[in-house]
Amino acid sequence: MIAAPPSPISVAELRATALTLRQRLVTTSASAKIPHLGSCLSCVELLVALYWQELRINPAQPEDPDRDRFLLSKGHGAPILFQVLAERGFFPLERLEDFGKAGSVFHEHPPKPGYIPGIEAATGSLGHGLPMALGMALAARIQQRPTRCYALLSDGECNEGSIWEAALLAASQKVHTLTAVIDFNKWQATGRSQEVMALDPLAAKWEAFGWHAQEIDGHEFEAIEAALAAARAETERPSVIVAHTVKGKGVSFMEDDNNWHYRTPNPEELAAALAELEPV
Amino acid sequence: MRDAFAQEMTRLAAERADLTLLSGDIGNRMFDQFKQVAPERFFNCGIAEANMMSVAAGMALSGLRPVIYTITPFTTTRCLEQIRVGVAYHQAPVVIVGTGSGLSYAELGPTHHSLEDMAILRTLPGLNVVAPADSAELVAQLRDALDAANPTYMRIGKKGEPLLHGGSAQLGIGRANLLREGTDLLVVGVGPILGEALEAAEIAAADGFSVAVASLGGVKPLDYVFLEAMTKRVRHWISLEEHGITGGVGSAVLEWLAELKGEPVRLKRLGVPDRFLHELGNQSYTRSKLGLDASGVYKAIRQELMA
Repeated sequence: MIAAPPSPISVAELRATALTLRQRLVTTSASAKIPHLGSCLSCVELLVALYWQELRINPAQPEDPDRDRFLLSKGHGAPILFQVLAERGFFPLERLEDFGKAGSVFHEHPPKPGYIPGIEAATGSLGHGLPMALGMALAARIQQRPTRCYALLSDGECNEGSIWEAALLAASQKVHTLTAVIDFNKWQATGRSQEVMALDPLAAKWEAFGWHAQEIDGHEFEAIEAALAAARAETERPSVIVAHTVKGKGVSFMEDDNNWHYRTPNPEELAAALAELEPV
Repeated sequence: MRDAFAQEMTRLAAERADLTLLSGDIGNRMFDQFKQVAPERFFNCGIAEANMMSVAAGMALSGLRPVIYTITPFTTTRCLEQIRVGVAYHQAPVVIVGTGSGLSYAELGPTHHSLEDMAILRTLPGLNVVAPADSAELVAQLRDALDAANPTYMRIGKKGEPLLHGGSAQLGIGRANLLREGTDLLVVGVGPILGEALEAAEIAAADGFSVAVASLGGVKPLDYVFLEAMTKRVRHWISLEEHGITGGVGSAVLEWLAELKGEPVRLKRLGVPDRFLHELGNQSYTRSKLGLDASGVYKAIRQELMA
């Protein structure tokens, strides 16, 4: 059985969803003291575009074998992924009231499948998600399923050798059903990603590794949709979308300030953040 | 052993459409028949074991039964985190096969020795750790592993190891079997090195000692029913493994014995001492240097029984 295709949705609706998710994210980060806020805020549009426009998934049947697979390879983005999955209907929003509480499955990273509907893999350790998504894409090819596989990476994650091992094998195997999206927010935990490991030119590196590479503004829904469509149209190479993003996007005093990799908002900062996240 | 593995994999490829084989760029020509049966299910993943392990985990989470094959250190400690997270934590039913384990490639030096793999991997929850003594045990365990809900690590030898099990053995994961009956002393161990124990038992018989030899098949799960029965029959035990003395079969059995109420058993561990080996030679030279050949095991048997 084929999972339901996404229904058409307007850019205005996507933007409204992104705003709602950002509000819930900063609120939860403040109340539950969950870090990685900057890393979550930079990939909101990417996740919304994937979950509301691209992925062939059905929240009522989260284990449909024909479904597309999404792996949050940058597992520290789990706080925003949990918000996405709740809003998309994989589980009731009330479950997130347990976020950060002792004994809850909702903490800083995705657990293995079976605990939270919609989670395909546990990915708190970087460099695992893309290779696992590659394995799932190869499995779908063998099983002759229509499944496409997506992995969302961070730029810091591209420090890991296993990412480049996966890049080489995916290219030799011509796994065109695999799409990597890189949340290129230019920061990793303790410094500028370009200064730590010389990532630039990032898209050209992937191109040189045999991938179909695109560079886009990772906060523009039209650009994300077009890039995902182009990736789907590719019939030989795996695709990478290098999405230029701003760490902490949407809250002025968090934008491009790497302190928000680990900090959580105090009550005043939360109020200020929410004031900026009001619908216009 | 590796030829038996390749032949069985070819048979299994024809039997099950969910079987995939991932090789770390070794086994040139060894899998030609597998590739004829299932070309779309063979993957040379290159010299990139971390990725190979995660790819296998992804395949297993999608319903396939991947088997990984490469030289033991590279499919174990090289990519330990991918085994821990991708395979063991996810309980992705991958079968990880390490070839040339122990001192099979002794002359290739410490980079190619695997004397820590069982100790390290048996700490991972939900991962079977097996070490077949011969091709018959290998085939039975491989079939069990592919039917199991959990992942398995299997360390095998190289070429030409003798058959040690008789026809009546009940082989499989978690099943121990007596290779030889005896009443004075029991050698418990895993792997083809048990051939040395059988020879040693034969030499000891000439001295009037009755020595039993058992293959435990692996270190996790242990066959506690068999072990407990043996504690009631034999008081002197020796553990034997082509593995470091720390954390392997001897340790696993000792951990269990220490908490066992009932018959006291003395256990002497034989294995590779806690150091890297620099005096290189082939497998039989190295076993002999370390007292792990038939003569060394015989000496240990005498020491235990004469003490």
